Amino acid sequence: MDDGGELLSLLATALAASTPLVYAAVGETLTERAGVINLSAEGSMMLSAMVGFAAALTTGSVLAGFAAAAATGALVALVVAIGGIHLRRSQIAIGFVLAMLCADLSSVLGGPFVRVPGPTVPAMSIPVLRDVPILGPLFFRSDPLVYASYLLVACAWVFLYRTRAGLLVRAVGEQPAAAHARGAHVTRVRTAATLVGGALVGIGGAAYSLDFKAGWSHRHTAGYGWIALAIVIFGGFDPVRAALGACLFGVLSSMASLGQSALPSVPAQVFSVAPFALMIVVLALTSSGLLERLGALLPDAARRPLLRAFDATPPAALGKPYPAAADGAEARPRGADQGTK
Amino acid sequence: MSPEPADRPGSSAPRSPGVRRAWAAWPGEVASRLAPLALALAFVAGLCALLGASPAAVAAALWDGAFGSADQAARVLATLAPLLLCGSGLLFTFRAGLYHLGVEGQLVLGALCATGAARALWPGLPAGLVVALCVAAGALGGVLWGALTGALHTRGRVSEIFAGLGMNFVAQGVVLYLVFGPWKRPGVASMAGTEPLDSALWLSTLGGTELSPAALLLAALALVGTAVVLGRTHFGLRLRAVGLSPEAARVLGVPAAREMLAAFAISGALAGVAGALQVLGTFHRLLPNVSSHLGFLALLVVMLAGRRAALVAPIALFFSALNVGSLKLPMTLGLESSLSGVLQGVLVLLALLSPWKARVGRGGGRPEEA
Repeated sequence: MDDGGELLSLLATALAASTPLVYAAVGETLTERAGVINLSAEGSMMLSAMVGFAAALTTGSVLAGFAAAAATGALVALVVAIGGIHLRRSQIAIGFVLAMLCADLSSVLGGPFVRVPGPTVPAMSIPVLRDVPILGPLFFRSDPLVYASYLLVACAWVFLYRTRAGLLVRAVGEQPAAAHARGAHVTRVRTAATLVGGALVGIGGAAYSLDFKAGWSHRHTAGYGWIALAIVIFGGFDPVRAALGACLFGVLSSMASLGQSALPSVPAQVFSVAPFALMIVVLALTSSGLLERLGALLPDAARRPLLRAFDATPPAALGKPYPAAADGAEARPRGADQGTK
Repeated sequence: MSPEPADRPGSSAPRSPGVRRAWAAWPGEVASRLAPLALALAFVAGLCALLGASPAAVAAALWDGAFGSADQAARVLATLAPLLLCGSGLLFTFRAGLYHLGVEGQLVLGALCATGAARALWPGLPAGLVVALCVAAGALGGVLWGALTGALHTRGRVSEIFAGLGMNFVAQGVVLYLVFGPWKRPGVASMAGTEPLDSALWLSTLGGTELSPAALLLAALALVGTAVVLGRTHFGLRLRAVGLSPEAARVLGVPAAREMLAAFAISGALAGVAGALQVLGTFHRLLPNVSSHLGFLALLVVMLAGRRAALVAPIALFFSALNVGSLKLPMTLGLESSLSGVLQGVLVLLALLSPWKARVGRGGGRPEEA
């Protein structure tokens, strides 16, 4: 009985640890489904965590903090959008430089806020649901930010797979030329997806500095942005699976504190590399076709779900500029962008 | 297609219409180089003013921090060595069209293997031999990591960006495990690293400063060697073919996967040597922060250099001076030392976004070769 309670509290901690990652990974998933790689998540998250904390501290309002963080994330994403989508420079290069730049910028600007106590998201358990056995303590005894993340995952899934706009996002990520021929504004859709995704990454940063590990210190969120990028791939570019991946990471990192006593020779920090090791293995398994060959040994009924659970095929046009660089901007048919619906 | 005289991937003016066009293009070329620098300086000056420090005072403090004393200047040159080595390695992978973010992990693994070799071989063998073997072990470790990353990319078809990033984290995990586990200092395991190496294994430095002439010489040789190999050999040409279009290279009989693997392995060897030198010459121990982000900084250097070997050295020197110069900012002006990183980042970002670049670079190469 007691063990059950301990396990529940461990899982609840794991969920709390994964919340920033859920926001960031879902945001990045949205961006990448539109065919844009925003590699800046590491720096973007760090800078928005700093800005969000600073804004919340100076205004005294947590909501203002989240708004500022979302704006920061969107601003960083705007640079990626201008450079990577409109000027058609390498998204990788721009994202990487931004990751470095924003991390340093957060240190430079965040100096006055280091280890200053500040506001946090207030705890709020949901009246009736919190008393449901198991599910109550696990999901409904934390704070509004965590509940909003459940909603976000559901909304992202519905948006991507059940709405026209979501179909459009997926279309420009898979077949931008076909989407263009059907009258879609490829660059506009991609820009929108990048900005929204960036704002979510920013909220993820603030979720860290205003909730999970409230406060600010140098490189406060170090590593979280890269992990979010890994989780997007690990989650096969699907928001629900990305959220599950984030939870898996949360479990791994909260197990680290337990593992400390069980396996004293393994330092806790080692667990933080686990998502990357997992990501490489999953990627290598799926993209090399090894998994399919392994799956062929299994009966049909087992193979399908296995393949689907580990599928990590990126959107076909991920990271590719549109229109393709060779045509040049001049070669684009004039007026094609204003095509009728 | 003969190897080009200097090693410029077509980012200068087109050659065929004659020298006059090239001359006509040079103001644009100069503008493309200087405009981002001017804008980046303006941005950082504005940032300083915002933080309440006079930009002139910051510039003076940076200069003083980097070249104020012989010690500081020596440290600038000492930081230059790993930057040049990693930059040389990155020139190979960039030439093959690869964004190799795994250079950081290769450096870390080089440091790890060098430390391992020192622990295993000392004091059984003479010091000079151990040092040489440590450097070789570092190179080998880097090659191993580079080849693994390369295999993930060419055999596993994993994007080289995520393969590299992932391998960085794994390398970091191994180092953390060793520093806190089997190799921990007796009694206290901490981020400060392992027990220092015996001072007989330390690289000799110039008159009490941090500069090891041997390390710098090795780095300079690596850069020159890289320029020669990339610009003057058939291998360099094949790498370029692969970088421009792996499919076309394959059709022409250049096995893209093999050339890419070679580029990964070479970059691994160079970054591994850099890691070994960091252990032997700078830190004298293995610590979790052994890379000090120098691998990532080298990426910025090579991006800003437009992948030209000739530009890597001056830019690396500039970045190294900024890094060392900024260390004193917290004490003198109360600013964060990350200010140098902001200047470097803004500079590279503006160079990537610079509209001049696109026009100048139309001579050839992929659009990503900004």
